[in-house]
Amino acid sequence: MRIDCNAFLGAYLWRKVPGTSPEALRRALDRTKIDVAWITHLPSLFWRDPTEGNAWLYETARAEPRFKPVPTVHPGLAIWGQVLADAANAGAPAVRCDPTYVGLDPAGGEMRVLAAACGTARIPLLLAVRLEDGRQRHPNDRAAELPAAAVRALVRSDADVRLIVTHADRAFIEEVHFGSTPEEARRIWWDICWIWGPPEDHLATLVETVGVERFVFGTGQPLRLPENSVAKLDLLDLNGEARDAIESKNLQGLMT
Amino acid sequence: MLVDVHAHFYHARTARADWRERNESRLTAGDKIGITAHVASILGSFGFTSPTYFPSPPDVTAGNDALLALQRAHPDRIRGYVCVNPNYTAHARAEIVRCLDAGMIGIKLAASRRADDPLLDPIAALALERRVPILQHIWQHRRRDWPGQEASDAVELCTLARRHPDVAFILAHIGGGGDWLHSLRAVRDVPNVYVDLSGSGVDGGMLEECIESVGVNRLLWGSDITMDTGWAKLRYLETLLAPAELALVRWKNAARIFPAGAFPSD
Repeated sequence: MRIDCNAFLGAYLWRKVPGTSPEALRRALDRTKIDVAWITHLPSLFWRDPTEGNAWLYETARAEPRFKPVPTVHPGLAIWGQVLADAANAGAPAVRCDPTYVGLDPAGGEMRVLAAACGTARIPLLLAVRLEDGRQRHPNDRAAELPAAAVRALVRSDADVRLIVTHADRAFIEEVHFGSTPEEARRIWWDICWIWGPPEDHLATLVETVGVERFVFGTGQPLRLPENSVAKLDLLDLNGEARDAIESKNLQGLMT
Repeated sequence: MLVDVHAHFYHARTARADWRERNESRLTAGDKIGITAHVASILGSFGFTSPTYFPSPPDVTAGNDALLALQRAHPDRIRGYVCVNPNYTAHARAEIVRCLDAGMIGIKLAASRRADDPLLDPIAALALERRVPILQHIWQHRRRDWPGQEASDAVELCTLARRHPDVAFILAHIGGGGDWLHSLRAVRDVPNVYVDLSGSGVDGGMLEECIESVGVNRLLWGSDITMDTGWAKLRYLETLLAPAELALVRWKNAARIFPAGAFPSD
C-alpha cells in the first residue's frame, strides 16, 4: 500500500505543467504504483479565497475512490469554521493552509486559531514549505517560504494539533524536530519529497536520527515527478516494516 | 550501459569529515541504479582551503590528483574530468595536459570565470586538440550575481560554443536550479551544446521540454549530488522514449562525445 499525501490537481499559475487532470493523475498513480493520492486543487491556492476550489475538489474525489480530498482553509476569512466542518463531514484526511500564499503571518493569530480548531476537530493540518525551488520561481512569484520557526510556533500553540509538513529539506526538519520537545515532535509528520537521497544520504540520516515514524510518502506531483519519492525509498536500506510505515502506515495512523 | 556524466567525489583535503562515506554511498547507489561509469570531477578542496568555485592552483592539482587516484582504484567504474580555474591560464592548460595524459576524459569548468570570457578560449582550443568535451557549470537563467561563484548561464555558454563549433560543450545540471526553460530556449539551435539532465530538480514537464528543445541526440543522463533525482528522471524517461532513444540518453550520446574507448563497451 502506497499513499501519496502530497498531490495536486489543476493548472499551476507560474509555468506550464503537464499531467494536471484527474485522468492524468490516475495514470501517474498507475505508473508509480501509488494506491491513493491526497489531492489539493492547485489553482485555488493562489486565489483570494482559496476555499473556492474545494467544491470541485470534493466532486472530483467523490468520482475516484483513489483520491482523498485535502481542502484548503483560509483562517483570515469569515467562513473558515464552516470550511473546516465541511472537511470533517466529508471525511477529508487533512486540511491545508499555505499562509504565505494568502498573505497571512505563518505564525500569527489566525494560524494559531486554525491550529487549535484542527486540534479540536482531530484533523491534521498540512502545510507546504515551498512548491518550487526558490532559484527557479517566476519573477512575480514572491510569496515567502514557510519558516521553520512558524512550524515550531504552531505545534506549540495547541496541545492537540497535528501537522503534516511537505517539501521540507533536511535542515528544516532537523531545526524543527530538535527545536521541539519530544511530545511536540511526535505531532509533526514530514513528507519525503524534498529530502535528498545518496550520496548525501539526508533521508537515511533523518530516518536514523529523527525516526521512521515521523516520515510519510509524498511526491508533490504533478509539479514534481512522483518517481522521485519512490526512487528515494528504493535507494534506502529499509526493512519491510519501516518502508510500510513511510509508504502508508504512518498516514493511516494519523487518520484514526 | 548507463553513463553518469555529472558526478563528484570528495577527498581528504576537503572540509568533509564524511568524505569516504559519501564516495562509498555514490558507488553503492550507482550499483543499485545500474550506473556503468561515473564521470566525475573534484572542485579543488570544495571550500576548505580555497573557494569551491574559485579553487587555487594547488587545490586544483590536489583535487585532480585525488580523482586520478580514485580512477586508478576503480578503473571499471570511475572516469575523470580535469577541473581547472581559467584565471590561471598556464596552470589550467598544463593541468589539462597532465590529467588527460593520465587517463581523464573531459574538462570541468566550474564558476571561476564567465563562459563567454576570452580566458576560456585557450581551454576550448585544448579541448579541440585533445578531442574531449567541456562540462560547464551553469546557473539556469542567472538574473543576478550569486555569492561564491561567477556563474554562467546558457546564453553565455552558447557564445563560447559558437566560437568553438567543433568542441562539445555540456550544459551542466538542467535540473540544478534556476529557469531551465530559459536555458533550453537558448541552446536549441546550438548543435555543439549538450544538455546534462542532472540536478535536484525533478519538475513535471522539464524532460518533455528537454526532448522538444534539443532532441534525444543532445541529452546526457547524469545525477550530480542527488542520485535519487537522477534515477527518477531515468525512470520517467523510460515511459517517454523508445528503447533506442533511451539508449542515446543513457550512454550512446556520451560515448559519441567522449574520447573513443572511454567506456567499456564503447
